[in-house]
Amino acid sequence: MSQANYNSLRLSPKLQTTYPKIMKNVAINWKDRIIPVIFIIISVLFLTLFLVLPLAAVFAEAFRKGIDGYCASFKDPYAWSSIRLTLITAAIAVPMNVVFGIVAAWCIAKFEFWGKNILITLIDLPFAVSPVIAGLIFVLAFGRQTALGGWLMDHDIKIIFAVPGIVLATIFVTFPFVARELIPLMQEQGTLEEEAAVSLGANGWDIFWKITLPNIKWGLLYGVILCNARAMGEFGAVSVVSGHIRGETNTMPLYIETLHNGYDAVGAFSIATLLTALAFVTLFAKTIVEWKVKRERMSDNS
Amino acid sequence: MKKHSVLPGFGLTFGITLAYLGLIVLLPLSLLVLNTTSMSFDDFLKAVTSKQVLLSYRLSFGASFLAALINAVFGFIVAWTLVRYKFPAKRFVDAIVDMPFALPTAVSGIALTAICAKNGWVGSLLAPFGIKIAYAPPGVLVALIFIGIPFVIRTLQPTLEDLDKEVEEAAASLGATKFQTFWYIIVPSVLPALITGFTLAFARALGEYGSVVFISGNLPMKTEITPFLIVAKLDQYDYVGATAIAVVMLVASFILMFFINLSQWYARRINNG
Repeated sequence: MSQANYNSLRLSPKLQTTYPKIMKNVAINWKDRIIPVIFIIISVLFLTLFLVLPLAAVFAEAFRKGIDGYCASFKDPYAWSSIRLTLITAAIAVPMNVVFGIVAAWCIAKFEFWGKNILITLIDLPFAVSPVIAGLIFVLAFGRQTALGGWLMDHDIKIIFAVPGIVLATIFVTFPFVARELIPLMQEQGTLEEEAAVSLGANGWDIFWKITLPNIKWGLLYGVILCNARAMGEFGAVSVVSGHIRGETNTMPLYIETLHNGYDAVGAFSIATLLTALAFVTLFAKTIVEWKVKRERMSDNS
Repeated sequence: MKKHSVLPGFGLTFGITLAYLGLIVLLPLSLLVLNTTSMSFDDFLKAVTSKQVLLSYRLSFGASFLAALINAVFGFIVAWTLVRYKFPAKRFVDAIVDMPFALPTAVSGIALTAICAKNGWVGSLLAPFGIKIAYAPPGVLVALIFIGIPFVIRTLQPTLEDLDKEVEEAAASLGATKFQTFWYIIVPSVLPALITGFTLAFARALGEYGSVVFISGNLPMKTEITPFLIVAKLDQYDYVGATAIAVVMLVASFILMFFINLSQWYARRINNG
């Protein structure tokens, strides 16, 4: 008798009592039950050790000196200037990449043209580049050792070791997020609805706002949240172009490094709790968006 | 060039896409190559093969490869568990897998350091045995495992979901043992996805900076990863040295990216019959 049949028979207690021979095989099947248990235990242990423990450590270290110690970390004006700089950077970088993402996704998903796959690969390029290299290329472009950098310095325009450099590096590393999220989604949806709208006389702008945008809103929202999380959390690229000037060019992740290097563990982890909360919001949003998309797909099919 | 379409906006969107891509990504990246051509071949060779740099390649490539391998093994187990079995808090476990994507690397860096340091939760357990994680090469490995976790799991999950359970049952009904079913049915069908996930984790680990520099301690010649050396050279205003190492890293990641595209193309070919 086949293994598959044992499995189906095992589920029926009535059959087990009627066929003692099968009972013997049920006894052998403890192996089938132990494997899932082992797999679940290994998975949970692995993820607890590598993911849950670090998260718990962030909060344990931040509250090591109690709530007072935690609150004291935010009395430092440098903490607030780092929070402000992070918000400013994200407020510039995210909208730019959202507009680009929508434009690029429209171009790639709604039209057929030569070189499309090359274009998609190029959009993914910043993912393949180390964040440190992302920072380096802007130092090479605008640093004082270059002709352009010298000219900028003569005209008193600061890009490297200043806010514009931080914004540029952040735009570079978050460049693909929205486009990546939208391209597969819009390709899947095809062009039928938009073509129908054209045949009824709608213009491009109306088509986008009234047909495409409602279709992609959840994917777009998730792309924006991912892009924002990376923009606020970027460390390597920003570290290279920032110059770490306290109160001027320290974003939150860089300020965490400054505090950590100064042996102010409570301060570093207190700022880190804010970024950890942001990460939780990101994961929560992802779960919600996935659930919404699945539900919409099910209602489309029915 | 372009197939006819009734939809408007191709010229505009194509133009903006190319312009923005060129300005933000391609132009700055080409400066890297341009800067390299201005140095002599001997200078370049000297910059990328000094002892300190060679040791950093060994650590970066070695630890990244090992971390990706560990992630491939455990990632397969986690992905299999999430797709095939039901257990309490499964949704939570599934959601938390993406944590390394969402958590800023500086935060994961200091958190892992706090855990693995001599007086940390894990470090204090291992210290009596003389095992050091933080400020030693194993620390680099721990950080790289952390940031690579989602890649293998998220690439494997859809493939495992598509896997036809009936094929396994058919194999079993023809007398195959569990191991034979696993080796001859499951492994060949998930192998391309596993390789893609492994390579993605490897590529990400190779370029990783934020989570590693805290836990590694950047001890000269011992725990310096290659991206750290780029930053160190820049801090000393050695732009030529930094650029040369960056070019080596860039070439390595392009090769990996090519490999990922190849394995995805191979996976599609298998799936289409």
